[in-house]
Amino acid sequence: MSILKFLGKRLVFSIFVLFGLSILIFTISRVLPGDPVRLALGARAPEWAVQNMRRQMHLDQPLYVQYYYWLAGALHGNLGESLYTRRPVTQDIKEFLPATLELVLFAGVVMAIFGVLLGAVSGRYSNTWVDNSVRIFSYIGVVTPSFVFAILFLLLFGYILNWFPSAGRLSPGIARPPFITGMVSLDALLTGRLAVFGNALWHMALPAVSLALGGMAQEARITRSTISDNLRKDYIASARGFGVPERMVTLKYLLKPSLIPTISILGLDFASLLANAFLVELIFNWPGFSRYGINVMLNKDLNAVAAVVMVLGVVFIVVNILVDLIVAWLDPRIRLGAERGK
Amino acid sequence: MRMASVASPVLARRWEGFKKAWYKFSRNPVSVVGLVFVLGVSFLAVFAPQVSPYPSSAGKYVNFSEASQPPSLKHLFGTDVFGRDVLSRIFFGFRYSLMMGVVVLSLVVVPGVVLGLVAGYYRGTWIDTVIMRVTDIFLAVPPLILALAICAVLTPSVFNAMMAVSLMWWPWYTRLVYGLASSLRNEYFVQAAEVTGASRGHILFREILPNCVSSIFTKMSLDMGWVILIGSALSFVGLGAQPPIPDLGTMVADGAKYLPDQWWIAIFPALAIMVTVLGFNLIGDGFRDLFALEEV
Repeated sequence: MSILKFLGKRLVFSIFVLFGLSILIFTISRVLPGDPVRLALGARAPEWAVQNMRRQMHLDQPLYVQYYYWLAGALHGNLGESLYTRRPVTQDIKEFLPATLELVLFAGVVMAIFGVLLGAVSGRYSNTWVDNSVRIFSYIGVVTPSFVFAILFLLLFGYILNWFPSAGRLSPGIARPPFITGMVSLDALLTGRLAVFGNALWHMALPAVSLALGGMAQEARITRSTISDNLRKDYIASARGFGVPERMVTLKYLLKPSLIPTISILGLDFASLLANAFLVELIFNWPGFSRYGINVMLNKDLNAVAAVVMVLGVVFIVVNILVDLIVAWLDPRIRLGAERGK
Repeated sequence: MRMASVASPVLARRWEGFKKAWYKFSRNPVSVVGLVFVLGVSFLAVFAPQVSPYPSSAGKYVNFSEASQPPSLKHLFGTDVFGRDVLSRIFFGFRYSLMMGVVVLSLVVVPGVVLGLVAGYYRGTWIDTVIMRVTDIFLAVPPLILALAICAVLTPSVFNAMMAVSLMWWPWYTRLVYGLASSLRNEYFVQAAEVTGASRGHILFREILPNCVSSIFTKMSLDMGWVILIGSALSFVGLGAQPPIPDLGTMVADGAKYLPDQWWIAIFPALAIMVTVLGFNLIGDGFRDLFALEEV
């Protein structure tokens, strides 16, 4: 199956999933009790104003009609108005999403690189002190909630040692680079402002690392176990028997096939990054999409809640397609789109 | 042994199998540590009113003369800003964490497993398509995010947090069992049962299900940890248990306001969450080694 056909199939499937997700989140947000209009206008707003707004938002119509209006709007790029920020939801997304994507992508890179590195070293030198310390680190990383890491890092490196900034995306006095992607670090890099780029990374360090540690530990565990399994396989012994240099054995014959299970779960780890960003952004006061998400949830801002979930669904699906493509590229046995043998 | 002599040979064989498994499990120091943690936490949770030094600290209790005391012999983990004993609140907090895990899993495992069995057995038919596509929809967003959204729309409470997490958790079991069942259905023993005219129910629950139990069991023990983590995250944000309920996540969130000076208010509950999750994780790993499972 060609790459294009695989992509096409995945895209059709994704559209179906997103459609289902939209029904799910729409139902959840509308069927359950609570009066969002009353909440938005306040308890002292006159009844006619509440009625007006309800009619304006089609809340007086049956559910499937409401869904129709919502979907028709969404397909035209109109996700309704946020009752919380009093702006179109799409405008909020444009403002807040880049900050979260930037943070999560940075965390994802840190997670993947260090997770694989730790796991590889640990598996290559299994049952030595290196291995044991990595394994202990992995257990701690896996069982610690990201908000606990975030609080500890904020306290230790932000307040006590004062090595890293404790909030914000750039130091005051540093001008934001022109808006290209909305991700400050990337925009700075694209416009060649290295000092701004460094400053942005410096601000991202603490939240990104608190996000990354859990997934990193997970990746390290999986990489370690595949590497130490593969190390015992005959093909490694025969490669050594043929006199292939040890470096090449490790990097080419051991590491590459061992990465497949690790990368397969990258998609899941990415999900945990997206989810935990909700907590970490809150702690570091990171002006991102997740903090926005929490705020609109706490304010029962239905349009915005539905939009937040849908956007994160899209992000998650795109990441998973990318992960599948990488795995297929790494593993010639997995024919694209073919059944993954279980 | 008494059991073996009294009961039928089948039971005797099972008992032998169980003893062997327990022997192997208990040889693994990692799983024993996990078991000790879990049993310890469960004991403290069940007997919280008896073992905690200040049981009244669990509720709406205020004692400003004892407020914000650092750890001492009188208050091992110190007191919070209302003068409540942190250690006692942690013991009661274990109750909510464990309850979260137990309730969610008991709501989720049966429907998840049954759907997975059916979809796997009828692989390639419309039944498979419907069940698995619905599962995919639920898996399209990280569970914490949808759980947050549901909790936000409902009124935040322990009960609603449990319902929200449950609603997001069954697809994982469906997917796990689907994978197992769809390969098991091609095994000879299943075909033999089909040829001899066994009923669908017999094939699903007596032939296929027993071969999935070890995976389900392992996933459950790992999931106890994950559900507890998600529960604590929900209450950390304020969308789970509401004060004055001594939930570990809420305690961390409240205590974080008084860092770094009164570090004990947040740090000890955080450690308590970690110990609980670690216990279930270690046991899960022990099961995985015991049953020689590759994926769960």
